[in-house]
Amino acid sequence: MTFTEQMITIGMIVLGTMLTRFLPFLIFPAGKPAPRYIQYLGRVLPSAVFGLLVIYCLKNVSLFTGSHGIPELFSIAAVVGLHLWKRQMLISIAGGTVCYMLLVQFVF
Amino acid sequence: MSREKKWKGALKAAFPHTIPIFAGFWFLGMTYGIYMNVSGFPFWYPMLMSLTIFAGSVEFVAVNLLLGAFHPLQALAVTLMINARHLFYGLSMLEKYRGNGWKDFYLIFGMCDESFSINYTARIPDGVDRGWFMFFVTLLNHFYWFLGATLGGIFGSLIHFNTEGLDFVIAAMFVVIFMEQWRKDKEHLSSLVGLGATLLCLIAFGADRFLIPGMLMILAVLTALRRPLEKRGEEL
Repeated sequence: MTFTEQMITIGMIVLGTMLTRFLPFLIFPAGKPAPRYIQYLGRVLPSAVFGLLVIYCLKNVSLFTGSHGIPELFSIAAVVGLHLWKRQMLISIAGGTVCYMLLVQFVF
Repeated sequence: MSREKKWKGALKAAFPHTIPIFAGFWFLGMTYGIYMNVSGFPFWYPMLMSLTIFAGSVEFVAVNLLLGAFHPLQALAVTLMINARHLFYGLSMLEKYRGNGWKDFYLIFGMCDESFSINYTARIPDGVDRGWFMFFVTLLNHFYWFLGATLGGIFGSLIHFNTEGLDFVIAAMFVVIFMEQWRKDKEHLSSLVGLGATLLCLIAFGADRFLIPGMLMILAVLTALRRPLEKRGEEL
């Protein structure tokens, strides 16, 4: 790829990313209430999206090879446990991450 | 409140929310920069790309796109598919990302998974300007990513560290955000649909192509559930 072709490729990726981010705001402009169906989606989608993102982060975990997803499962349990106990976002996240790092570096 | 006081207060309130992102992004950004470096690109490539794209997963894919043959439309199509989930974020942010003046443009530009999740769920303290708070969450995240990518691009393969597993920090953060949203919701069906549909599609389609089917399934199930969910929403 020449330099110009590389810059065009990067430009396409910028364009694609911006399209996915700006499109809803362009389709449903300010000042006019969005259709009720879209308002409904805006209300219920976030909860579903957070579920999607949890799975998305774990998409490369293989249950049948390697460590069988045990470090991931164990560390998520640690995050959930810590968060139910203390409800301090940073403690839950740091605790779970340290737990995961120890498991993958020393146990598995 | 003076203008200066306004943004300083918001920066102070926003920073703690971005600490997990700091941990995750300098690491992931650096991994990305190193990957670019060992693929033969000068450091200013990851620098430029982390500034202008600011969407982690697509930037990793971009390395392969840049190494392959020149297919601009394919690059666009791949980007649209990987980033289609941003459409959901936009629909959820139609109100929050409006009325903040010039900041709106940057908020939408920088609406990555992490910025969206924090800005949607954070309990912003009273007296803190919402627009500035969300602006600094986005700006700090953007800066961490940029810093990591640039450093990785400069120092590349010189760096040896045993940070194996540190990338789990992002997954841990989404688990916590999921739980916080669960606490806030009176109705948990939507959370369960998100988890279930995505998991099902991951099993059915595999890690490389589950995202779009997963999103379509979420959309279909939530659409089918609209009447009962709206009815229950009114009763609560």
